[in-house]
Amino acid sequence: MEIVVASSVGALTAAGVYLILRMRAFASILGLALLTYAVNVFLFASGRLAINLPPILQPYGDASYTDPLPQALVLTAIVISFGMTAVLVMVALGAYLESDDDRLDMDGTDQGLDHDGEGKAP
Amino acid sequence: MNHWIIAPVILPALLAPVIGFVMRRDIVLARTASLFGSVAVLAIAIGLFIVAGGETQVYYLGNWPAPFGIVLVLDRLSALLVLVAALLALIVLVHAVATGWDNRGRHFHALFQFQMMGIVGAFLTGDIFNLFVFFEILLIASYGLMIHSGGRERMRAGLQYVVINLAGSTLFLFALGVLYATTGTLNIADLAVRLQEIPADEAALVRVAAMLLMIVFALKAALFPVQFWLPGTYANAPAPVAALFAIMTKVGAYAILRVHTLVFGPGIEATEGLAGDWLFPGAIVTIAIGAFGVLGARRLMPLIAFSVVGSMGTLMVAVSAFSPVGTTAALYYLVHSTFAAAALFLLADLVTRARGADALATRPATVQNGLFAALFFAAAIGMAGMPPLSGFLGKLLVLDALRDPATITWAWGAVLIGSLLTIVGFARAGSTLFWKSTAVGADAAATGDTGQAHAPTRGTEVAPTMAALGVLAVITVLAGPLTDYLDGTTGQLFNREGYVTSVLGTGSEGEE
Repeated sequence: MEIVVASSVGALTAAGVYLILRMRAFASILGLALLTYAVNVFLFASGRLAINLPPILQPYGDASYTDPLPQALVLTAIVISFGMTAVLVMVALGAYLESDDDRLDMDGTDQGLDHDGEGKAP
Repeated sequence: MNHWIIAPVILPALLAPVIGFVMRRDIVLARTASLFGSVAVLAIAIGLFIVAGGETQVYYLGNWPAPFGIVLVLDRLSALLVLVAALLALIVLVHAVATGWDNRGRHFHALFQFQMMGIVGAFLTGDIFNLFVFFEILLIASYGLMIHSGGRERMRAGLQYVVINLAGSTLFLFALGVLYATTGTLNIADLAVRLQEIPADEAALVRVAAMLLMIVFALKAALFPVQFWLPGTYANAPAPVAALFAIMTKVGAYAILRVHTLVFGPGIEATEGLAGDWLFPGAIVTIAIGAFGVLGARRLMPLIAFSVVGSMGTLMVAVSAFSPVGTTAALYYLVHSTFAAAALFLLADLVTRARGADALATRPATVQNGLFAALFFAAAIGMAGMPPLSGFLGKLLVLDALRDPATITWAWGAVLIGSLLTIVGFARAGSTLFWKSTAVGADAAATGDTGQAHAPTRGTEVAPTMAALGVLAVITVLAGPLTDYLDGTTGQLFNREGYVTSVLGTGSEGEE
């Protein structure tokens, strides 16, 4: 069980970092999505791995339970990362439509810029 | 329980959706509401600042006892930073309204209020996961503000900014996972208690978490080697937004101060000396990058952005000592550099509009060349750290705090040479923009070519820049009382027992 979770977190992170380093908008979006999956699984594991146990204390008897806090954290993280991915897609789309180029690195940032932020064509 | 502690978070949080949904078609209404919100937050911040002079105050959300519920903690440090943020926000907002920046795209005021909510919340929270949430709130608002009014270069810089910060957020979550797995808590006071109990030979995971958090906060604070996003972002952001972002780097500095002093700080066996050892060389290199950037910049906005990088380096050198004297110096310099950077960005907006471009090249002098030159001179000597403004006092305090013989050569050398290079860079920029331009203007006038005429800048448009410079003057004049207050702040910050007792020792405090 541990080896499966650990290797999946590792594989997702490695793939995510690789995709971000491609420095293309679409690849980075996928890479960041994979990274958030990796971190969500990782957060689950931070409360110790337990299978088929309820996330609440049992008042009747000393039955074991799984830590409920990481689940709450993961829920928050999922909501935030979902919203962030949506924002990222919109910004990436805007940048692509404006410049006809989906590279992340910027060239010519030192070019003259007029007051409205419209770069002069190099 | 003092319910006013949560007011500066709640007020923008309630105001922003109302502005976004109800007032989106009426710019006058949105401006009124947004200005009202900022004034109210400033008033509350002043009140909290006065109240926070004494004991550390804790707000238990939903009255759940710590460490089970989320707490907001008001001590001198958070009160000071909330006040700085609120004052800066009001200045920036007045500038944005006066120059019409808020009307060049949509939802400026709603995003602005959400940004304030995130910044103030990050300063007030006493729970490290909650800190993550407030970071995300201020970031998601800053994404919108960053690309406000659009434009090709701005959209591309914005995309870069979003990607780097999303990667940083993921790293933050990894760090929190490691921290929770080893300590079983995310409350800052509770973490401080648990970490004291971890012996040094079992601390490998905690040290990993401490360093991961350091990288995340360094990313926000624009510290080497994760400073590369700042010049591109600030130089391409709308100028008022860049001025507001002056406080965002300070959120990272605050987080390092809070977490790496209280939780991983001096006296904790598991992570002793870890933060300072890495922070110091990083800060030295950051000063160098800032100084060389200022020298090499060919546009006004990148020039100021690099001077912000340099000032963050100076700030973090003082923080990296993790001593009370160093922290006092860092806090004074923090207040100073926030307003100095804001004044420069706001002024750059006026200059850029009058000249039509922000390239550092000679052009015919603008109508109010003398006014701009005087303001630029004042802001530049503030930023570069020359007398009589507070930058000089701030750097003096920083130098005075870094007397450790092992590091004095590097620290003094970096700060002094960095300041010299910054002065040279600003002097060159100022003389190109304002001095040589008068000669060009005279030639042009002689030949009948007066260049493009621009309507003179109105008083309301210059007022926010002057207000930011006025704050610099005030903290220069009141440097004595301010450093006394900051001494108390530092004492409170380094008093781990006091913080823990205030937050965890609930007793009947939560019953009021």
